[in-house]
Amino acid sequence: MALPEMKQSATDARLGTLTLPEGGCLSTARHAALSRVQTMGLPTRRDEYWKYTRPDTLVNAELVAAEVFTSDEAPMFDGFDRLKIVFVDGVFDADASDDLSLEGITVERLIDLEAKDIHWATDLYGVLEARGQTPVERPLAALNTAFAADGIAIHVTGKPSKPISFIYKHLDANSDSILHHIVRVDTGAEATILENGPAAARFNNVMEIDVADGGKLHHVRAQGRDHERRAATHVFTRLGAESVYKSFTLTVNGVLTRNEQVIEINGDDAIAHVAGACVGDGEFHHDDTVFITHDALNGESRQVFKKVLRNGATGVFQGKILVKEGAQKTDGYQISQSLLLDDDSQFLAKPELEIYADDVACSHGSTSGAIDEEALFYLRSRGVSASEATDLLTLAFLAEAVDEVEDDAIAEALVNRLEGWLARRR
Amino acid sequence: MAALDQTQVKDGVDQETVDAVAAISTYKYGWDTDIEMEYAPKGVNPDIVRLISEKNEEPEWMTEWRLQAFERWEKMDEPDWAMVNYPEIDFQDQYYYARPKSMEVKPKSLDEVDPKLLATYEKLGIPLKEQMILAGVEGAEDMPAEGRKVAVDAVFDSVSVGTTFQDELKKAGVIFCSISEAIKEHPELVKKYLGTVVPVTDNYYATLNSAVFSDGSFVYIPPNTRCPMELSTYFRINAENTGQFERTLIIADKGSYVSYLEGCTAPQRDTAQLHAAVVEIIVEEDAEVKYSTVQNWFPGDEEGKGGIYNFVTKRADCRGDRSKVMWTQVETGSAVTWKYPSCILRGEESQGEFYSIAITNNYQQADTGTKMVHLGKNTKSRIVSKGISAGKAQNTYRGLVSMHPKAKDSRNYTQCDSLLIGSECGAHTVPYIEVKNNSSRVEHEATTSKVDDDQLFYCRQRGMDEEEAVALVVNGFCKEVLQALPMEFAMEAQQLVAISLEGSVG
Repeated sequence: MALPEMKQSATDARLGTLTLPEGGCLSTARHAALSRVQTMGLPTRRDEYWKYTRPDTLVNAELVAAEVFTSDEAPMFDGFDRLKIVFVDGVFDADASDDLSLEGITVERLIDLEAKDIHWATDLYGVLEARGQTPVERPLAALNTAFAADGIAIHVTGKPSKPISFIYKHLDANSDSILHHIVRVDTGAEATILENGPAAARFNNVMEIDVADGGKLHHVRAQGRDHERRAATHVFTRLGAESVYKSFTLTVNGVLTRNEQVIEINGDDAIAHVAGACVGDGEFHHDDTVFITHDALNGESRQVFKKVLRNGATGVFQGKILVKEGAQKTDGYQISQSLLLDDDSQFLAKPELEIYADDVACSHGSTSGAIDEEALFYLRSRGVSASEATDLLTLAFLAEAVDEVEDDAIAEALVNRLEGWLARRR
Repeated sequence: MAALDQTQVKDGVDQETVDAVAAISTYKYGWDTDIEMEYAPKGVNPDIVRLISEKNEEPEWMTEWRLQAFERWEKMDEPDWAMVNYPEIDFQDQYYYARPKSMEVKPKSLDEVDPKLLATYEKLGIPLKEQMILAGVEGAEDMPAEGRKVAVDAVFDSVSVGTTFQDELKKAGVIFCSISEAIKEHPELVKKYLGTVVPVTDNYYATLNSAVFSDGSFVYIPPNTRCPMELSTYFRINAENTGQFERTLIIADKGSYVSYLEGCTAPQRDTAQLHAAVVEIIVEEDAEVKYSTVQNWFPGDEEGKGGIYNFVTKRADCRGDRSKVMWTQVETGSAVTWKYPSCILRGEESQGEFYSIAITNNYQQADTGTKMVHLGKNTKSRIVSKGISAGKAQNTYRGLVSMHPKAKDSRNYTQCDSLLIGSECGAHTVPYIEVKNNSSRVEHEATTSKVDDDQLFYCRQRGMDEEEAVALVVNGFCKEVLQALPMEFAMEAQQLVAISLEGSVG
């Protein structure tokens, strides 16, 4: 079927600006992804899945520049013992990165492994992304698979002693970067992945994560504070039996952020938790789009999203739990809440359930409202200033999401960061 | 029943619930009336639109209005976003107008109506004689005579057969008649309000309805009047391959109150039939409208053959301050349901409520819910939706709650629960929540489950045996909605749902 004219011309224009890296073992996957993009077309605001977020600046051939933001804050996760993998405006920086050898994992740059004829990466690169295109299309992710200029393949074979940390630096106001990472977690293996930094003026990031039976992956992201950056990220996760995937994302500012998480529970007794906290101030549009598919017995999934919005910020949540026929004893939970600190901000949500199995317990809740006047009064009557009391209640509101982070040290670092930001805004 | 007999019943869903749902699948109203009919030629085109207008002896402006709608409709695409699947509808392979031959000359009173038609309604349990009260309503004998009366407008295929209690209503200043009559007798009211809540261009089916609607009901309640009895319209599709397109317009003027009931049935046939209605309600200052529906169109047989495709646009506009509207629906029929009774809360402190039970069985598909659009300050809305899915059926709640920037201090509470019986059915929830100011509070909760273990545990702790506990929990599942129904409908609804298992245990 032909695409609508507007969509066709926007897609053609964008594809015209990109070059597909030829040769190498990922070439077939890249070409398949390109044909997916051509068939689907890039998103436009008329697409139902982009009802609440305008995709134009993420899609347009022309890039909107973003001034580099300088801050006196120490970068997130500084001081943590971790394996640093640094990208500057979407290009791997070997000098700034650590030595990539660590017991329990193999880390390779995509560009290096592409020269090989046989590599496990061919079984994963673009595979979960392609699976994630139904029932809802995610053209920006397919575009990423086709054109990603850089990225890392991580094979977790054991239990590495420290987290793997991706650091995305933004130094060029006109950077337009596409990164694609793949992560394979073997049976019984366990690792933590950290991501932080503003990355680029426009950032398209895909991570495909395949967790084998009994594997565990913790994933914590802190998206950079650059006020003008735009980001579209996709995380595709496939879970084997008794495996665990837990993710948390903290977002503070940025003109536009669209985070999509697509999780397939394929093995019995698997657990998937996805959480997010965001603080938006001013010209800020933040969109969490989550799609969890239960296709096995006894699966457990949790989605916990909290958004604090003010000065005209917009928060979006689109979450879905799909329980396929036969996925009995599924336990699905989803909560999305917003705290609107003033009348100019807005919260737009579409929390969905689609259920084809009868012996399940699935629920979702969504609330939106202002700060609790009674709680505020309580604190003020005990001598706490209005701004401090507001911050305290805001932190308490966000705590339920931060609580999803299992590692206490990381959780504490996140809370400290939030406190700092709230204080800074006063 | 065959389909359900094979259904694996999970622990916790008790047999009585299953039987009750199964009983609904044996459709009681599947017979047809053998009566000589007069049809317009098959298909829809400007000539058919003119013909329908002519048959209803409409003025020129009405014909023009229809033709414009038709022109618009031809340029529109059928919506495909609902979670329903059905074979493509050939809109040219339908009759758009069918009336009993005996209705050619409009009867002056019910005495002149063809006895076959009266017998049809009698068989359906709808009293068209004014002295009668609804049969079987519990406790009706004890009520004062005034309270028992229900005025009925009976619509048979494309025409209104008759409206009861018109004289008595007239004394109170209430106008209750068929819409075709209203276009002739009260053109100023129709002109002023028709298409102002559901505009001609609203959606594919509403636009089609605007072009070809044949009849329906018209209600006007004058200022500061409490309608002396409940009003009701009973829709019956009888003719084969015929679409029913009725239009209902209800105007509740300042400070008035009316409770309106709607019922519908159709014969059992192998081919699917189309029903695309539009209901518009205008609620002025301090007025209140209760609109209750028991929708029991033929749902198709156990194999999913036949049944009604029910594409309905219902909307209430709370224009005045402190106006109130309440939608209650029990949806058990239709092969495909596409229906979202909505409230535009424009007036300050206006209120909208939506209570719904949707039961799907066999191959039925229901995509239903509501829209609460808060525009005025201090507006309130409440949504309670209960979906029960059995057999191979799909049941979807789809809704919108929107708080506009000016709708300060508004409030919404939404509760959607789904119950699944059998492993081949589906239950889905698709809510849209849009909050654009911070003084409003929106709460949405949805659950999908078999009978809740915690609730069972609570009951068992208090000494009930398992069966008793299940009965109580399932009973409670629908009660909130059943209680919102006026008594006249409670009986029918209870029979239909039959999930209120009161007294059945112990």
